[in-house]
Amino acid sequence: MNSKNFSNEDLLSVKNLSVTLKSNLGKIYAVRNANIQISWGERIGIAGETGCGKTVTALSIMRLIPPPPAHFSGSIYFKGVDILSLKEREARKFRGKEISMIFQEPGQALNPVFTIGSQLIETIRLHLKKPKKEAEEIALELLRKVGIPDPSRLMKSYPHELSGGMKQRAVIAIAISSNPSLLIADEPTTSLDVTIQAQIMELLLSLSEQNRLSMAVISHNFGLLNELTERIYVMYAGFTVESGKASDIIKEPLHPYTKALINAIPKKGKIESIPGNLPDAKAVISTCPFLERCPQKMDKCHSIPPVFTIDSREVRCFLYE
Amino acid sequence: MNEIRAEALKKYYPVYGGIFRRIKGWVKAVDGVSLKIRKGEVLGVVGESGCGKSTLGRVILRLIEPTGGKVFWDDTELTALSSSELRKFRRKMQIIFQDPFSSLNPRMRVGEIIEEGLKIHRIGTPSERKRKVLELLEIVGLPSDSVKRYPHEFSGGQRQRICIARAIALEPEFIVADEPTSSLDLSVQAQIIKLFMELKEKLGLTYLFISHDLNLIRVISDSVLVMYLGRIFEYGKAEEILENPLHPYTKALISAVPHIEPEAKRKRIILEGDVPNPASPPSGCYFHPRCPSRMEICKTTYPPLKEVNGRTVACHLY
Repeated sequence: MNSKNFSNEDLLSVKNLSVTLKSNLGKIYAVRNANIQISWGERIGIAGETGCGKTVTALSIMRLIPPPPAHFSGSIYFKGVDILSLKEREARKFRGKEISMIFQEPGQALNPVFTIGSQLIETIRLHLKKPKKEAEEIALELLRKVGIPDPSRLMKSYPHELSGGMKQRAVIAIAISSNPSLLIADEPTTSLDVTIQAQIMELLLSLSEQNRLSMAVISHNFGLLNELTERIYVMYAGFTVESGKASDIIKEPLHPYTKALINAIPKKGKIESIPGNLPDAKAVISTCPFLERCPQKMDKCHSIPPVFTIDSREVRCFLYE
Repeated sequence: MNEIRAEALKKYYPVYGGIFRRIKGWVKAVDGVSLKIRKGEVLGVVGESGCGKSTLGRVILRLIEPTGGKVFWDDTELTALSSSELRKFRRKMQIIFQDPFSSLNPRMRVGEIIEEGLKIHRIGTPSERKRKVLELLEIVGLPSDSVKRYPHEFSGGQRQRICIARAIALEPEFIVADEPTSSLDLSVQAQIIKLFMELKEKLGLTYLFISHDLNLIRVISDSVLVMYLGRIFEYGKAEEILENPLHPYTKALISAVPHIEPEAKRKRIILEGDVPNPASPPSGCYFHPRCPSRMEICKTTYPPLKEVNGRTVACHLY
């Protein structure tokens, strides 16, 4: 049914993931309980406020957080492989090859002292083990694919010579150079203008559709997630609190936090704010994480709610018991 | 104050080149912008980065000296005042910056930061000032013990509240807000925007609100000014422009915003390329290389600003 013979299993499955980081101020509960599933070729979105664990979840999937001093529990399976138990040497083999990541600031993802061409060719030679000449041809082809008008000139350019949109295109070219199965995009357009954001969105969409490339897009922009992804996970204080079809979540949010978040989007002259702040990441949570700010709280909410399933949606809230 | 007016405002920056570092050309950051904001109104300024939005805000406040043109505060020409005369006006106009992390002195306590303007303008006795600071903290929704704390102890949204408290300490009439929420989260952005609107009602403020977020502009502005490479492309009532844009650039900007309504099916105008280098803008209309409806004349002649249905548009289509 699909070219990569792994039909029944999910591409990625994150189960009950918790990530605890150590700082000199004590333990930081960055991710408390995250559950994420991605099928082959599917595009999902991860939404939520700053500090709710979106990026740490993504970095854990990439194995970019070293196990000690960080403490992990739960599991991350990618193509049936237990990622958390991999040795660093094994992790390096799939990181950037099987799963790639693009970041918010394309300027910081590129090395300022090397040309775009040499950074691209380095990645291709490392992951695809191609000779230099061939790698060069692949690089030119990739740059053409990401919509760069004059690829051979761009190969000789340094990052500072490019605009933000061009840099992000170059970063995307590097990210897809190894034909990964999953691309994680962490706020890929936040630093770009709306017109350039529209260009990058079209590009990501067409790359995903042409290559059956799965994507996890991290963003707090629901408009972007609505147009780019099929399913959305909403995170709050390290928990995944709701998941479902993108259009369902936006049209009919279930969790009170998702409702509040959707109402905070300025639209047609109206804007609603959420009172209060995120709970402290250093605190142990034994109640519903949203309790303090929730307009619909009940007595039950003083224990952590389990995940309830309604049709194709999952929601961590006692209202849907 | 009844209104603030800018007439043919210009700010050119020289570009140096050659071995003698001679002036080779000019970057026209603001190029002939005229506008008028009445008391209690909010003018939203939109455009891509590098189009001169921030420079415009600063030139109006005379934080940057204009190269040409005039700014009027009612009948007083701000651009003609000497620096000591201008100081009297300084307290009536304030600015709030985009990044609340770099616009607060990390070595000053929050109380000192908010009090500083009052001190400089010699307003009140020390104890009156202390009371004023507490009052301001309450207005912007911060606890009173913030006085003794340092900026790094606060989150982005709280810091922006400190910046707002500082800006309204001198009871200004006019505030330039330069992308005040673009570094904040969605929910925090909503809180800050609500605060802006409350303060406007309570204190009778007038804003020049710079943003690239058209949804936000729709919430807060009465009129909108669309800029591109230092020039006005479209200027008029917010509702009319956002509901029915005339200039192809405004149309593209609006259609580029991703939507949460699934019904609003993608009829997106995707502009090719980036904003051109402002040091060497294209011939004719600055927008013609990216314009989906360009004509022959656009390549040679810059379109004059025209009145169309009660708004101003610079486009050969009209």
